[in-house]
Amino acid sequence: MSETSIFDEMWGRDETLRAPYEAFQTWFDGEDAARLRAKQREAEDLFRLTGITFNVYGRAEAEERLIPFDIIPRIISNREWQKLSRGIDQRVRAINAFLYDIYHRQEIIKAGRLPAEMIARNEAFLPQMIGVDPPGGVYTHIVGIDLVRTGDDDFFVLEDNARTPSGVSYMLENRETMLQMFPELFSRNRVQPVETYPRDLRNSLAACAPSGCDGNPTVAVLTPGIYNSAYFEHAFLADQMGVELVEGHDLRVVDGRVAMRTTEGYKPIDVLYRRVDDDFLDPLNFNPNSSLGIPGIMDVYRAGGITIANAPGTGISDDKAIYSYMPEIVEFYTGERPLLQNVPTWRCSDPSSLKYVLDNLDELVVKEVHGSGGYGMLIGPTATKKELRDFRKKLESRPGNYIAQPTLSLSTVPIFTKAGLAPRHVDLRPYVLVSPDRINITPGGLTRVALKKGSLVVNSSQGGGTKDTWVLED
Amino acid sequence: MLGKTANGLFWMYRYLERAENTSRLVETGQRIALTRLGSGDDDWLPVMQTAGVAEGYKATHDELTKDGAIDWMLRSKENGSSVLTSIAGARQNARMVRTALTHEVWEATNGCYMTAQEKLGRKVSERDLPSVLGMIRQRTALVRGTTHGTMLRNDMYDFARLGTFLERADNTARILDVKYYVLLPSALAVGSSIDNVQWETILRSVSAHGGFRMEYGNVYSPRDIAHFLILDKRFPRSLAFCASKLKDNLGYLASSYGKKTDACAMAEALIRRFMTHDIEAVFEFGLHEYIEEVLIALGQLGAQIEKDYRFYE
Repeated sequence: MSETSIFDEMWGRDETLRAPYEAFQTWFDGEDAARLRAKQREAEDLFRLTGITFNVYGRAEAEERLIPFDIIPRIISNREWQKLSRGIDQRVRAINAFLYDIYHRQEIIKAGRLPAEMIARNEAFLPQMIGVDPPGGVYTHIVGIDLVRTGDDDFFVLEDNARTPSGVSYMLENRETMLQMFPELFSRNRVQPVETYPRDLRNSLAACAPSGCDGNPTVAVLTPGIYNSAYFEHAFLADQMGVELVEGHDLRVVDGRVAMRTTEGYKPIDVLYRRVDDDFLDPLNFNPNSSLGIPGIMDVYRAGGITIANAPGTGISDDKAIYSYMPEIVEFYTGERPLLQNVPTWRCSDPSSLKYVLDNLDELVVKEVHGSGGYGMLIGPTATKKELRDFRKKLESRPGNYIAQPTLSLSTVPIFTKAGLAPRHVDLRPYVLVSPDRINITPGGLTRVALKKGSLVVNSSQGGGTKDTWVLED
Repeated sequence: MLGKTANGLFWMYRYLERAENTSRLVETGQRIALTRLGSGDDDWLPVMQTAGVAEGYKATHDELTKDGAIDWMLRSKENGSSVLTSIAGARQNARMVRTALTHEVWEATNGCYMTAQEKLGRKVSERDLPSVLGMIRQRTALVRGTTHGTMLRNDMYDFARLGTFLERADNTARILDVKYYVLLPSALAVGSSIDNVQWETILRSVSAHGGFRMEYGNVYSPRDIAHFLILDKRFPRSLAFCASKLKDNLGYLASSYGKKTDACAMAEALIRRFMTHDIEAVFEFGLHEYIEEVLIALGQLGAQIEKDYRFYE
């Protein structure tokens, strides 16, 4: 994996234009830089007017920020995409089978393929879910698989997001913006559509309704409220699906059903797409101080009266310590070899791994097992001596809290800068919808890009931006 | 439709209406200051009273100045009814009910807020005042226009309209409440220039000067003005017009929900009690007493709407 040069998705390793970018390159050569600069500003104005903003945690409530958008599309060929899709499909099937197993008979532990303490002592494991059968057998209705690329054919899964993956509204709005700004580019390239996502999402959720529900299921999106950092996305998805956007205080349990307060009285809900963490879902069953949830919803859920998407307790499958077992998990449940590679991972809870990690700290990326959003992680090669020293102490005092991975040489895609095109590192989050009889993967996904030269951190909370992601038709 | 959404739409349009009304009052106040000889800072007190923000001003300021009053009404964050806080309130509610709005209405509202943030972010100089007020008025008009042009005529629209007309009726009634004495027949010093200014001020405060002139020419009489503002059903800011819109929209809700609420009956009663007499009867009853009772009835109607349609838990 230690490559001497970085793989660029437009220019490869040796400055040879790659096929998916051919039509784009011809167009770009005929464009005037000043016009493109104006387009870049126009894109920002469009985003601001549409209100596609996120609230920054720990800042004044009024502060809403734009995630920077880069106008150069990231282009993937259909062949590359087909291959990726098969791997994603396999992985998502395995994740659902794994979740069913660990909340039922725990065969994987009995078979000795996963240590019992990985489950028993894991904070993300929800004992309340033991023996519960979610409607349709689906645990992860919506999944976001974070992928990175290091070469022509080398994709790695960096992270599975099986709780409440966010960012899909950017995938959709990025495409809308590109369609408005560069219609001619879409005439020259046959790009597979992403705009069916909201309809697919609604159909997929409806297909997971409790068995007792007849007719057209009532779906609603549960948001923590307008101060949540992803509120825009919650409202956007509810709006695009044509369903209600509810908060905890709009809901209560009425006659054994979860119901929303409408202008005509309480109306029951069949499927709740919740964007609220497990812990806040039900003050009677989980965190008693939560004001975001619905007292008693878990009792309705266990009785089969409502579908909660994603199911409570799915966090166990995207935990970073479990991640290191994903190759075994995929093989155990699908009986197939994993199609997508994992990044080699050292579990620092293991003494010999810890020793290796401490000895090679300046070359590794170290992450918190339960962390997300790029917080609390160390990137060895770019860390200062002091940061390395401080992190070493953290590792020694709580080794079980960390995993380490080699620093991957992430692929780059050009962004538009004042000086023209310049390569920047990217990752990719495709979105996957799971219903009892099908797994639907939207062609494309969210490309996050590190805007700083050489930076490997693509998180929007850390100065990353986004791009429209194209999967071409053949 | 969620009770919370009904509440959000109701308040979104109340705030929007309030922003327009307050900016109109600032404009009127400035006009008096510029056109009337001998006018001074004191003239801003009744202006703030008509906007219902005078008490807040007194509580936070030591002296009454023109600049202070304009700033308070336009952009103070401490004043919950300033133009800027009203627009921010409208936009906050719009975010909350985003799923009930069309794309066009949301963008117009967000654009209105962005303009207000930009133009009212810092003190507005006297030189810029007319253009800033004009811009705000245009932006709120755009929200109104997209609302009419793109929103479905369903229960959501009804709640938006209820908020609009309750706020508007309240605003017109408050102006009458503060200025009733210049409309009393006893104040008939016809032709005196002072009264002319007062009357014109009242008409401008509710954008009625053009409409009134169309109907009555240039002859101002307190009786005609009172009639126009209270009972004339052609004038879109008169109490009678607003009341009949409130009744209509509650009626639409009753028919789409198949249930007539107490609020609906209350709106009908309000019209029977207050809007079916002629202006002479109002004067006989006592203009001030009449207005006070209308204000109370409007307040009760608002509270009943909240309750009947489950705005809160």
